[in-house]
Amino acid sequence: MSWFKRIRSGILTSTEEKKETPEGLWHKCSACKFISRTEEHAEHLFVCQNCGFHDRIGSEEYFSIFFDNNKYKLLNPNIISGDPLQFTDSKKYTDRVKQVIANTGLKDAIETAVGKINGKETVIACMDFDFIGGSMGSVVGEKIARGIDYALKKKTPFIIISKSGGARMMEGAFSLMQMAKTSAKLTQLSKAKLPYISILTNPTTGGVTASYAMLGDLNIAEPNALIGFAGPRVVKETIKRDLPEGFQTSEFVLESGFLDKIVERKKLKEHVSFFLEVMTANTR
Amino acid sequence: MNYLDFEEPIRLLEEELEKARQIAENTGIDGSATTSELEQKIKNTRKEIYGNLTAWQKVQVSRHPDRPYALHYFNILSDNTFIELHGDRTVKDDKAMVGGFGKLNGEPVMFIGQQKGINAKMRMYRNFGMANPEGYRKALRLMKLAEKFNVPIVCLIDTPGAYPGIEAEERGQGEAIARNIYEMFNITVPIICVIIGEGASGGALGIGVGDKVLMMQYTWYSVISPESCSSILWRSWDFKEKAAEALKLTSEDMLANKLIDGIIPEPEGGAHVNPEEAAQILKQTVTEQLAKLKKIKPEKRIEQRIKKFEAMGVFED
Repeated sequence: MSWFKRIRSGILTSTEEKKETPEGLWHKCSACKFISRTEEHAEHLFVCQNCGFHDRIGSEEYFSIFFDNNKYKLLNPNIISGDPLQFTDSKKYTDRVKQVIANTGLKDAIETAVGKINGKETVIACMDFDFIGGSMGSVVGEKIARGIDYALKKKTPFIIISKSGGARMMEGAFSLMQMAKTSAKLTQLSKAKLPYISILTNPTTGGVTASYAMLGDLNIAEPNALIGFAGPRVVKETIKRDLPEGFQTSEFVLESGFLDKIVERKKLKEHVSFFLEVMTANTR
Repeated sequence: MNYLDFEEPIRLLEEELEKARQIAENTGIDGSATTSELEQKIKNTRKEIYGNLTAWQKVQVSRHPDRPYALHYFNILSDNTFIELHGDRTVKDDKAMVGGFGKLNGEPVMFIGQQKGINAKMRMYRNFGMANPEGYRKALRLMKLAEKFNVPIVCLIDTPGAYPGIEAEERGQGEAIARNIYEMFNITVPIICVIIGEGASGGALGIGVGDKVLMMQYTWYSVISPESCSSILWRSWDFKEKAAEALKLTSEDMLANKLIDGIIPEPEGGAHVNPEEAAQILKQTVTEQLAKLKKIKPEKRIEQRIKKFEAMGVFED
């Protein structure tokens, strides 16, 4: 009998199995190592066919999931970040932004678009994690504000798909105030009785959780996403002991009472469409 | 009296003054010339040091162990009529968040704020001014109570952040703060928010949406503490001075960036040198601002409150 027992799975991988799969043709699931064809993986909306692990995807993919025939119009696609604090850490904030724009082809950590979900015109704001960790700065706040203005004008429902490490430090208190700005706009949406659905994906933490992500008429999450206010590392440092298994997962947050439902990606559109229908049927 | 590292020259002079007084007392020799000279010197030194504080030093002053906290101000602002109210009606009473009714110049006001402890034992009791979700929910309950009876709200902010614990996450720290920010845009009575010490991130903003948001002179307000910013962006705790500068978190910077509505001056050398005077200055400002806000119609006030925060942000279109 051995002295130690491995309790957790996934750390028995032998060296030869650890080889990286070349990018392009094949996709290897980062959770269960299941290998599938890249095209096939995309057809399954980037969810592992074997274990159901949801890969992180961007705004473009979410728009194609939600909008009928992948037809939509981007709103305010050209807003880019200023540099209100002339912030420099290891590099200048302006250089960092320029570089990320060049690398990702994105203008900031959110895209807003209008299109039809099963025939119903809807505005979706979707965050992109690849842009400085999906951090919320002035551009994110402004695009959400303008997206809400558009929804108010056209009387459409509004959806935010969150995916963010929190506020963007390089914009200091300007980032902080985006929490207030977006929440303020959501009160206007509410007064107009237009539905707001918040969809929380992996990860949704910090200032995003502490503002629009938690303020949906419905809060819906993808399975097994990290959702919390303080990041797990900070919580661990504060309490000085290990975190319980499954802490701050979608399932944990649902059990704690802060989500209406966990919905897997392939059923998102169907569910959201149903909720939009029932929430608008008697308000016209 | 406690002294910060850069207050060392003041401490030495105070020591000298104490000695001079003792000598005068013991020997019966008139030492008034020496003591008044020393007193003047202390005043000048304080003025010089406090006239040239770096951002990091201001952060230190905001955390000065002798600095007055929310309850001190509530008592003086209300001429000792303040009566504390407890509990969120759901989970418990959060000792890091306090609030209650009082009368400001005879007029009813709801006072709400984070409270830090005045000694080691009380600091634990107050959880260092870090509220849990029930603290934010208590604050919201009190705000709605005030709204119901048309009583204006004064929030005094002083927190190193909302508490990042396991139970706080279980009970929805993010939701609690989000709900407060959201509901504060719906509250029909005037709201004045004042940063009286530390204004750390969402924990501060959770009671920080107001018709007027003011900062006392030696306080800070930002999205993160300089220490945490240093540890994340510079990957070391050693760049807190640099981070404090970079974050533009002082009252002057915040006003220049139009993220607050005004600065409330403090007594020479900071609020801790003269807590009574600090409270009187605060009282005067709050009184003036409330009188102005009361004249505006509720719908108009809410509209202006939303417009003000909506205008915050710098981007290129």
